[in-house]
Amino acid sequence: MKNIKYIAIMALGLTACEPEFDNPVEDQQATFSPGTANFSKYVSIGNSLTSGYADGALYQHGQTNSFPNILAGQFSKVGGGIFTQPLMNDNLGGLLLGGNPISQNRLVLNADSTPVPMLGIPSNEVTNTLTGPFNNMGIPGAKSFHLLAPGYGDPAGISTGTANPYFARFASSTTTNALTDAISQAPTFFTLWIGNNDILGYATGGGVTSAQDPVDGDDITPTATFDFALNTIISNLDATGAKGVVANIASVTSIPYFTTVPHNPVPMDQATATATNTAYAGYNAILSGLSGMGAITSTEANSRKVNFFARLDNPVLITDESLTDISAIIVNPPFNVPVQQAALLAKLRPATAADLIVLPARAFIGTLADPANPNSVNGVGIPLADKWVLTPAEQAEISTAQNSYNNTISSLVNANPNMVMVDMKSYLDVLNTSGISFNGGTATSTYASGGAFSLDGVHPTAQGYSIIANKFITTINSEFGANIPTVLPSEYTTIFFE
Amino acid sequence: MKKLLSFVLFFLAGSTLYAGGYRVSIQGQKQLAMGHTGVAVISGAESTFFNPAGLSFLDGKVNVSLGASAIFSSVKFQSTADNYSSETESSVGTPAYLYASYKINDWLTFGLSVNTPYGSKVEWEKDWAGSHLVNNINLKAIFIQPTIALKISDQLSIGGGPIYVNGSVEFNRNLNTGSTSSTTGGRSNVTIEKKGISAWGYNIGLMLKPIEKLNIGFNYRSKVIMNAEDGEADFENISILADGKFNAELPLPAEVTVGLSYEFCEKFLFAFDYNFAKWSEYEALVVEFDNAAGTSTNLRNYNDSDTFRFGLQYKAFEKITVRTGVYFDESPVQDGYFAPETPRNDSVGYTAGLSYQVNKKLSIDASFLYLQFDETDNSYDWIDNGDGTYSSFGGTYKSSVFSPGIGISYKL
Repeated sequence: MKNIKYIAIMALGLTACEPEFDNPVEDQQATFSPGTANFSKYVSIGNSLTSGYADGALYQHGQTNSFPNILAGQFSKVGGGIFTQPLMNDNLGGLLLGGNPISQNRLVLNADSTPVPMLGIPSNEVTNTLTGPFNNMGIPGAKSFHLLAPGYGDPAGISTGTANPYFARFASSTTTNALTDAISQAPTFFTLWIGNNDILGYATGGGVTSAQDPVDGDDITPTATFDFALNTIISNLDATGAKGVVANIASVTSIPYFTTVPHNPVPMDQATATATNTAYAGYNAILSGLSGMGAITSTEANSRKVNFFARLDNPVLITDESLTDISAIIVNPPFNVPVQQAALLAKLRPATAADLIVLPARAFIGTLADPANPNSVNGVGIPLADKWVLTPAEQAEISTAQNSYNNTISSLVNANPNMVMVDMKSYLDVLNTSGISFNGGTATSTYASGGAFSLDGVHPTAQGYSIIANKFITTINSEFGANIPTVLPSEYTTIFFE
Repeated sequence: MKKLLSFVLFFLAGSTLYAGGYRVSIQGQKQLAMGHTGVAVISGAESTFFNPAGLSFLDGKVNVSLGASAIFSSVKFQSTADNYSSETESSVGTPAYLYASYKINDWLTFGLSVNTPYGSKVEWEKDWAGSHLVNNINLKAIFIQPTIALKISDQLSIGGGPIYVNGSVEFNRNLNTGSTSSTTGGRSNVTIEKKGISAWGYNIGLMLKPIEKLNIGFNYRSKVIMNAEDGEADFENISILADGKFNAELPLPAEVTVGLSYEFCEKFLFAFDYNFAKWSEYEALVVEFDNAAGTSTNLRNYNDSDTFRFGLQYKAFEKITVRTGVYFDESPVQDGYFAPETPRNDSVGYTAGLSYQVNKKLSIDASFLYLQFDETDNSYDWIDNGDGTYSSFGGTYKSSVFSPGIGISYKL
């Protein structure tokens, strides 16, 4: 009995001796303020980056950690209202259209450290339309002009390529466009981040030129089209009187999708190098001959010559569309190269450090084009096709468009007193060069292990989105005189293991 | 005897860190009540630990002391910049001790010491912001020391003995910031555990009585290296790393103590101890895994540390002796190496206690310790990013520790 008394006194003493800070962090709440902004109705407009897309899919965990949802959580401390999202039906993310899968499940890392789609039957039927409106209007795949396209959410248009399955899930009607659905919510505050897909599809496709198509094409959006779209979106948003933040377009070529596979991943022993060089000796002789004839410059001839060594880092062989097509010449005398072989050699050269190899090439380089032919190694016996490589010329096209888009964004936003620009390009350049540090860690753009990018190599992880949300918050704080706390990125997930 | 030993072992269930590093300075109620002075104080069988040479000057043929304390400790963390706070589970540690001495003849005394001078138990909120440094740690060590003391003259004695150490370690942390398993949603983490680690050290002392009321003491306790070989490493929520074994070692540093005690005004005793702990032994916590996780090097770079202890004893009544003390405990942790597994800055210990003489043979000893910590802004700047660069984790830490304890002393 005496013991119980003793323990009770002890317990009292314990609560009395809890450590206390002079200025507990909980007291900061009183200093939070929305500044001149009003967050009671926040609407986010954009593409996959706004939707919370990650690991090659849109799934619930990613949506919960989308940067707009993180922002809304912080806005709620300064008068922010409810924030709704068109949540997927599961955490797998694969889409079904009429019961047929049209996109794969999210990627997870398996025990061999290979990203694979997560196992499971997805349940996200596109035609099961959700009842909106939803504050988060992020539509994966949307380009600038898509936000203005009527019928972009019509399920009937998905198979023909005039509509987007993600928007079809929650569009208010089959004829509406995304901007209308956003503005009809009467936002008091918005974020707009659009334009990445206007160059991204071209880039991830290795810079393959296709016919420009209003919805489906992967070409770079003409700058005039982009400028018109942005001007229309911003002037319509301006008419609502809402304040907002517009993000510019980050560089697409510094994401892990382009920086993970090196240009020189081909290992060879001496015997293989000798045999391969023997096989290409004729090609090298042809190049010298063509250069002597004046058909190609000697510079081009030298840049195209193939020479493998007994080492681990030989460059892969690629097809560069900017080179002179020599196939028509070399099928004739004195070269007499068989037609099929001449087609392979037409624009062949070894890759250099200036070429960017796309992430999916990781599982392609080294496989056999013809399983029966051991000489048909992709990247050695058969050059990588245009779609696997972003050559310097293609990179220049992309950065030219990106710079033009960003100039348009900054001049439109700077001319608008209700809007401020968040310079995501510069911020993510820092991420891609030195990494972004937070309390307890550093996020970098290294594939899988860097923390910032998900397994698709293009979209951020939840941690990456938290870092983006923090950049929005610090911009809002400085531009609208607000005091909104940032979030701690270490509390957010990165990649997932099977 | 067996019963007494099991008493100590029972209380071993979780010693809580509270002093510099993972040293737990609670090795005797009478000594703790006087600021944990004791190298030059002769007050019972506790000398086996504090200074074996002191056993030679004990009254009585047999001396036994036995006791335990309850340490209540908690730590809070906050980061103003991140609007974030967390705290440790309030843990209750129970360091215990058993000392016995037997005087064979005037010049020869045998002794035995069983106690828990090192330990650490810290449990943060799971997956807290520093979880990639530590989620929880539980370190235990029991010291068993057979002792011999020789009286060389009425002014001088020496003593010492080997120390057998048996310890265990359990440590869990997340593997990095953020990574997750898809199936459970739980974060990737590793637990390393090793029980029954054996190690050896020794303890020697010297006692001088130049004049009747003055004692001068010297004590040296060697370092002990706790070598955890082939411990269990349990990786969770990360399919690319299989469970396996680990090797690691943790130093329990050498400690030198010099001090004096002086009797004055009949009923008063003043004591002073200076401790020097060679914490610079602890350069890094290196954990070698036998799987793809490889070697994890966690820099510590502890500094040697000083502790200054002052104690006062007053025989208030025939049956009651009261004691008080204060000590200044320097943390071995350098700025920039402040890891949340041992979140300790400099502290001041205030102590008090009393003994009640039940009869000629038996007394009951009680003590109370309050450790006062200032809040400290500090960080651990050596989180290895794996590419030659380091990240930092920091904020404001505030610790709170207090400990009531009770024991008995028996003299024959």
